[in-house]
Amino acid sequence: MTALGVVGGVLQAAVVVGGAPLLLGLMRQVRARLEGRAGPGIGQPWRDLRKLLRKQSITPRGTTEVFRVAPVLLVAMTLVVAVVAPLVTTASAVPAVADLFVVVALLAHATVVIALAGLDSGTAFGGMGASREVTVLALVEPTALVAIFALSVPAGSTSLPAIVGTVLDDPQRLISPTSLLAAVALATVIVAETGRLPVDNPSTHLELTMIHEAMVLEYAGPDLALVELGSAMRLSVYLGLFTSLFVPWGIATTATPLALGVGVAALVVKVGVAGAVLAALEVFLAKLRLFRVPELLAGSFLLALLAVTTAYVLG
Amino acid sequence: MVAAGLLGAVAGVVAMTGTAWSVALPGLLPLTGLEFDVDPLSGVFLAVGGAVAVAAGIFAVGATRHGLDRPGVQAALPAFIGSLLLVPAAGSIGTLLWCWELMALTSLVLVVAEHRERPAVASAGLWYAVMTHVGFVAIMVGMLVAAGPAEDGSFVAVRAGAADLSPAAASLAFLVCLAGFGSKAGMVPLHPWLPRAHPEAPSHVSALMSAAMVNLGVYGVVRVGIDLLGGGPSWWWVTVLVLGAVSAVYGILQAAVGSDLKRLLGYSTTENMGLVLVAVGACGMFAAGGDRALAGLALTAALLHLMTHAAFKTVLFLSAGSVLHATGSRDLDALGGLRSRMPVTTAAFGVGALSASALPPGAAFVSEWLLLQALIHGLPAPGVVPAVVLPLGVAAIALTAGLAVATFVKAFGIGFLGRPRSGAAAAATESGPAMLAGIGLAALACVALAVGPTVVLPTLADIAGGLVHAAPAVTGTVAIELVGVTGVLSPLLLVAASAVGTASVVGGVRLLARRRDRRRARLWDCGAGPLSARMEYTATSFAEPLQRVFDGVLASEQDVDVSHHRESRYLVAAVSYRRALPDRVERRLYTPLLHAMTTWGRVGRGLATGSVHRYLGYGFVTLCGLLALLVVTR
Repeated sequence: MTALGVVGGVLQAAVVVGGAPLLLGLMRQVRARLEGRAGPGIGQPWRDLRKLLRKQSITPRGTTEVFRVAPVLLVAMTLVVAVVAPLVTTASAVPAVADLFVVVALLAHATVVIALAGLDSGTAFGGMGASREVTVLALVEPTALVAIFALSVPAGSTSLPAIVGTVLDDPQRLISPTSLLAAVALATVIVAETGRLPVDNPSTHLELTMIHEAMVLEYAGPDLALVELGSAMRLSVYLGLFTSLFVPWGIATTATPLALGVGVAALVVKVGVAGAVLAALEVFLAKLRLFRVPELLAGSFLLALLAVTTAYVLG
Repeated sequence: MVAAGLLGAVAGVVAMTGTAWSVALPGLLPLTGLEFDVDPLSGVFLAVGGAVAVAAGIFAVGATRHGLDRPGVQAALPAFIGSLLLVPAAGSIGTLLWCWELMALTSLVLVVAEHRERPAVASAGLWYAVMTHVGFVAIMVGMLVAAGPAEDGSFVAVRAGAADLSPAAASLAFLVCLAGFGSKAGMVPLHPWLPRAHPEAPSHVSALMSAAMVNLGVYGVVRVGIDLLGGGPSWWWVTVLVLGAVSAVYGILQAAVGSDLKRLLGYSTTENMGLVLVAVGACGMFAAGGDRALAGLALTAALLHLMTHAAFKTVLFLSAGSVLHATGSRDLDALGGLRSRMPVTTAAFGVGALSASALPPGAAFVSEWLLLQALIHGLPAPGVVPAVVLPLGVAAIALTAGLAVATFVKAFGIGFLGRPRSGAAAAATESGPAMLAGIGLAALACVALAVGPTVVLPTLADIAGGLVHAAPAVTGTVAIELVGVTGVLSPLLLVAASAVGTASVVGGVRLLARRRDRRRARLWDCGAGPLSARMEYTATSFAEPLQRVFDGVLASEQDVDVSHHRESRYLVAAVSYRRALPDRVERRLYTPLLHAMTTWGRVGRGLATGSVHRYLGYGFVTLCGLLALLVVTR
């Protein structure tokens, strides 16, 4: 546990919690402008959260503690990842937890608690959303883990700081086939895990196509605020991880104020650009049928496997 | 039973720390005598078996009080536990075979205990009886081949004589033993008995079988392959690894689409033993390639996973037994809403499900992390085979992890949360204190292994290192640190970080939210009136998307019958829909085999008509044939 790691951890938590709703607002604004609408401005998600925090939470009859603690756990797990992963600095606040497997599994755990909350409500929508979300999760996991395998081969470790450090030391690795294939595979994982198009439509409220929204229909007030914040944080953390792994420049390696300031600015810019690109691409995409999604995920799995093979062949 | 278990566990822990002891009782049994020899490897299995027996024994006290256990079960259970503890302690081939057979017979008696209640029990018992005895024959043949050059049947002599064994004979011995021990561990394609026999036994017997008995299959593979035969060529272990990976994926896939709670847990046992076999295979492969440090790491992962699997499978089977006792059903489609009526069972099952789904901070996450570390660091090993096998192994583990999450979200979410789907589930009451104490003890073990695996890991690493002649692969007290390769994980800090994260989120919401009171309200019913349990998702519907995705592997059978009104074909009177998910391996492999056996039997029956003259004729013809053979060959 170094000073750089601790300061970085605090900064990352602050940036992710404060910036995640803004990222969501930015993506909605980009989409609105491209579709010829004025859009509500990038601060709208924060205004929504403020409104929800003033309201009252609801405990639907027949639900248990699982329903009540799920939003808290969703945010908490994502927060742990935001603190330990190298986003602003290469050092980690808790190096013994900053393992790529741990991070991916913690984010999967956050998905699972929300799925259990959906089942706990005992409604048809809750069960439907949980069933679909868990199906997607089960199919995404192999791609994620094999892509991690490919990335960890050059670094000789699955520790995130080590992987990012290897890339910083030898930037040429980024244009190797291994890295490119793994990047495409991980991008698909992120799209599927954060419920973006073409896997899930985040703005839908049409029952038969919903995945994520179907599970959280029963939430209101501060609970709903936590669910919304958690989903936004997930997206930011995933994009932040992606940029740290594949475009790590600007990340702080020393604990000076200047380096940390540059690190925060670089993270905000990189994640903002990645989010804007994702939003712009979504304008041209339609949601896939649920039973076409496995084909997309199988394709990304193949890319991840190819990445490992090239890592071996090219050394 | 509890005392025997406790004794076994203590003896195991003592042996694990390096105090070996042996007993020879040459006069006790004819021909072989009895010879016990406990070394650290035996100690691991003794400790695990003993600990499972303690929890299951306490549960059995409650089950007996409720009149669930017949006198037959009460008599056979201690014998089963005893044989379970004697198998890993055996120090010679003869002793091992005696104890193995005793274990098979006592467990068979326990499996068929409830045959009067359900017809499926008899069929399960038949499958188990046949498979376990075929396995026994395989083990006997394999061990006899392995002991060929040895002076006597003791493991010490076999170990010394293994060097004189020809490669072909050693390979034969290993493969035949692998088949025999693998069938006990539920390895595909020798698994069909497992998802039949484990669910049909009384639940504490299921726990003993699934958490302790299957481990002995792995014990056999490790004892014969790594210890007695001293490693062997790489292809042995690639075979083990591939069979393990296939078992893991196939087992969890069947579990993910199943809706019978105990059968699902049985398939999950196949999955977890598959993962252990992947680790054992990786260990042998690295050792054959000369990378002893990684071999030690893989074997450490295997031993830790055995331990965590024993802990969470005991919790899950005992909780399933508690549910079965309370509702009379193990069909997930008829359960649900047990949280308010059976809070302790629900909490324990939740702990077990978290461990089994390999999510942090669960117990199995640590062992699977160790296994993945071993596979990932093995890629730079020389040769093309590791380069092909290891990524596929990682992919198989990853798919297994994903499907395990789906399986246990289903088992916990559908089985215990939501609203009751049947009258029996709605009227369930919590089980008695003895049953809950057994479940709670096992749940505590799960939590302890999740938070503090570093307490047992150095010892396991010592044992694994001793077997493959390497230094211990894992050190550390707060964090697990790998030796020789880079990798560090701290389960304790992970739990602490999650707890701090949760506390800060709760604090943040308290600070920011304007209103802290919560309103109780009706569920949103689309304005269509109160929701009923029939509108809920069931286990079958929950798994339907996965079943569709993997239909090419599962080959489900669906049947829709539409019956029409008599007046008009355009009016539908009733639609009936049936879906069956037969075990495909069983259907493809065992059905033709059984068919061939039946045909062969029919042919044989034509030879034996009951006429004494004919039998004398057979004897005469055979004698003449043998004499002719003698003339030709001499």
